[in-house]
Amino acid sequence: MNIENAKHAWDGFKAGKWTQSVDIIDFIKLNYTPYSGDASFLSPATERTKRVWDKVLSLMKKEIEKNGCLDADVSTPSAIDSHKAGYIDREAEIIVGLQTDAPLKRAIMPYGGYRMVHSSCEAYGLKEDERVREIFTKYRKTHNEGVYQAYTPDILAARKSAIITGLPDAYGRGRIIGDYRRLALYGIDILLEDKRREKSESDSALMDSDVIREREELSEQIGALEAMRRMASFYGIDISGPAKNFKEAVQWVYFAYLAAVKDQNGAAMSLGRVTTFLDIYAERDLARGAIDETGVQEIIDDFVIKLRMVRFLRTPEYNELFSGDPVWVTESIGGMNDDGRTFVTKNSFRMLHTLCNLGPAPEPNLTVLWSNRLPEGFKDFCAKTSIETSAIQYENDDLMRPAFGDDYGIACCVSPMVIGKEMQFFGARANLAKALLYAINGGVDEKSGVLVAKGMEPITSEYLDYDEVCKKFDKMMDWLSRTYVNALNIIHYMHDKYYYEKAQLAFMQKDVVRKLGCGIAGFSVVVDSLSAIKYAKVKPVRNESGIAVDFEIEGDFPKYGNNDDRVDSIAANLVKRFMDKIRKLPTYRNAVQTQSILTITSNVVYGKKTGNTPDGRKGGVPFAPGANPFHGRDSSGALASLCSVAKLPFEHAKDGISNTFSILPDSLGKSERERIANLCGLIDGYMSKHGQHLNVNVLLREVLQDAMEHPEKYPQLTIRVSGYAVNFIKLTKPQQLDVISRTFHSKF
Amino acid sequence: MASAKIHSVETLGALDGPGIRYVLFMKGCPLRCAFCHNPDTWASPQFSSRSAAEVAADVLRYKEFFDASGGGFTASGGEPLLQPLFLEELFGILKREGVSTAVDTCGYVENISDVRGAVELADLFLLDIKHLDDAVHRRLTGKSNGRVLEFLGFLDKLGKEIHIRVVLINDISADRAYLELLASFLKKYPSVSRVDLLPYHTLGVRKWRALGLPYRLDSSAEISDVQRLHAVEIFRDAGFETTVQ
Repeated sequence: MNIENAKHAWDGFKAGKWTQSVDIIDFIKLNYTPYSGDASFLSPATERTKRVWDKVLSLMKKEIEKNGCLDADVSTPSAIDSHKAGYIDREAEIIVGLQTDAPLKRAIMPYGGYRMVHSSCEAYGLKEDERVREIFTKYRKTHNEGVYQAYTPDILAARKSAIITGLPDAYGRGRIIGDYRRLALYGIDILLEDKRREKSESDSALMDSDVIREREELSEQIGALEAMRRMASFYGIDISGPAKNFKEAVQWVYFAYLAAVKDQNGAAMSLGRVTTFLDIYAERDLARGAIDETGVQEIIDDFVIKLRMVRFLRTPEYNELFSGDPVWVTESIGGMNDDGRTFVTKNSFRMLHTLCNLGPAPEPNLTVLWSNRLPEGFKDFCAKTSIETSAIQYENDDLMRPAFGDDYGIACCVSPMVIGKEMQFFGARANLAKALLYAINGGVDEKSGVLVAKGMEPITSEYLDYDEVCKKFDKMMDWLSRTYVNALNIIHYMHDKYYYEKAQLAFMQKDVVRKLGCGIAGFSVVVDSLSAIKYAKVKPVRNESGIAVDFEIEGDFPKYGNNDDRVDSIAANLVKRFMDKIRKLPTYRNAVQTQSILTITSNVVYGKKTGNTPDGRKGGVPFAPGANPFHGRDSSGALASLCSVAKLPFEHAKDGISNTFSILPDSLGKSERERIANLCGLIDGYMSKHGQHLNVNVLLREVLQDAMEHPEKYPQLTIRVSGYAVNFIKLTKPQQLDVISRTFHSKF
Repeated sequence: MASAKIHSVETLGALDGPGIRYVLFMKGCPLRCAFCHNPDTWASPQFSSRSAAEVAADVLRYKEFFDASGGGFTASGGEPLLQPLFLEELFGILKREGVSTAVDTCGYVENISDVRGAVELADLFLLDIKHLDDAVHRRLTGKSNGRVLEFLGFLDKLGKEIHIRVVLINDISADRAYLELLASFLKKYPSVSRVDLLPYHTLGVRKWRALGLPYRLDSSAEISDVQRLHAVEIFRDAGFETTVQ
């Protein structure tokens, strides 16, 4: 590594392995300053920050008035260096860079599939560009086209009947985190040199398809790094060398991330774990007297303003699944160092403090990696901020660190991956509630009457027998997992081929570990259905074609969410059983199989597409989100519900187990001090029980109801929904009603 | 082995004692307070019968939450001291397991010797003072306050930590003169460390209607924000840690 030019920029940093080769975590551990104090050092927003943010807010208001899309450039396919510089307020901005040449103006990304561009134009009344259409339908094949050429009849039928939904087969797959910190620490030149070195390692190898693909991909990455240099130069900034101060470090990291969101419209474009890394630069500048606290906070605020403005051109159907224009700019904050010190720094506070300085917002998706050993001052600040904004999610560092080391980040909602070393082939989710109905109905869809899963025998008995249902359900899960993993293998083969993430992979090591991220929807519905069949008597009501279209339940049965082992063991077993089936299947590029229990807002659409279920849920009623117990079925209070979810085995759902918890402020304690202490205790307790993820909402139901009536009064009302946060007023009406109807834990 | 009639359980109680608490709502109550928000615990036919060992085993599953928040177990109701043998056994187990215990009580105890065993094992008492004027007390609850005040004295002598709960009802228990009188009365009991003020609300009315019971108060019994602030001031000035909902 040629570091001569970098030495000046690294002045004051402790040297180590990171000065010999690209090694971010080594740099962090040698140079960061843990902070165990409280929040009293924080600075409020400056007048400048308020001015810039007000401008953005008024643009966002216009965006909502224009049906969710302010403007779009339909004639320039987005690329790292496709657009000239764009500004909100050129004089006032500290951190610069937009996806296109104007704020909130969306770009087209046709490589994932031209259909997305076409439908978006139609939905927002934009005129399609004929030249672009011709190129991407006649000359340039897309990911989407490739996928459909390879899809099997089974996959197409499963997709159509919505037993598998949300597949990234028409747009970017996402859930890949580039290690954007690398650009700040090393600059383009060193990273280029490193990538050329990686490529040269195979110069004398035998050229088999793996080696050839790797050489092509590394060349793509090298091209991406060059394009980033051009992109920055449009803003008059040279990123060839490392960042020399805090402001540059933030700018460099942001440019690296910006390149990624100009290259890809991935389902989740997460930021990683940059907060503590950046604190090292802040501390150095503060020590040098080059900046004060107000100045540091101002730069973080400006960075976050930019992150709140990332936009993709999506279709209304996409919005129905993943509502509220999410990008999942997930930033992981806090956590513990393997050496016993905390990774909490002053910058961890500053990042959360943006929720106060700029008001609550869903993006960036602020994720606290919670350890029971985090400093008390930070825990209190997290709880206080949660109570005030409902914009933070918590994930269990003590649970994940042993499996992922101490430099992982969360992609999307709940998916941990080692930064710069691991990536995911995102796989959306399979609807297990529907699969259970298929098991009962011999593979026939209960809504359409179409035979989807062939070669299965229906259950014909008057009452459902638990053992028979389990046997048939098991067989159905065999069919489902095979069909599902086949679809994912096809998708990711084509994605690599036609829409390779060159910008993100340029910030990762060559031998990246790939995970195949499968997922489950309808979890609590299946668990309660199986419990009903086991502990009560369930009688299917069949229509004239013999399809069970409804169920009569005689007697009571234990319900998931009450900390009752009779049913919670069914839940834990289901997670393992489906995972074991996925584990057995071969994967594209030998990706390591994993799964999540996460729905985002798709629980509403999945519920809509699934008929009556044996747990007594009526057809069309939304599923519970993620791994949540079904709303209204927990009768012993919130801790019992939390404990049921915490029993699900993380070892069989290493891609995350999402749990959303909503509580009324008054139910959390009598004073602010008590509420903060109790919320900390609640999170500590949940994590001690090995819960993986917790969304925390502290809200009044009346506020949500009023926001439905008067959205204009609540432009920034944020609520956490299964793994991410949304502007409540941007949810579809059915989703809003779903959120309101869900259990709010309260007591009087 | 003692068992008890249980009305329901709230695993996330944050209002009935410090920290996060497992709150056990027990069946039955000697009083019939006009403002009761849990009239369904008085004589409801819906209850389950559980032994002290069973309840203790369930409570202990939440120990992580108690330890993390400084919380514990609260027996509430209804009136938990109506089932003292159960409580004594339960508190004995919980004490051995390091779980702090509280009793949310109306203080109307017929025979103190019946409850002594349970009381001695509990760490904290959340005691309601419905009214100091015996006539008003009778009107509000159907019973005299003599036993309640006697029980307060008993707890104080034992040195048990006591939080006093006062329901603020307009024209009945919220005027300045009465509250000042109450504050100076409570100062005579050194074990009283805190006063929780509960402004009367009509949220319980729904339950009364569902039970087919006539409800005697209406929204005119609710106090104003100013009254609320004054009430807090009075008890803070008297040196009590004071909260209000």
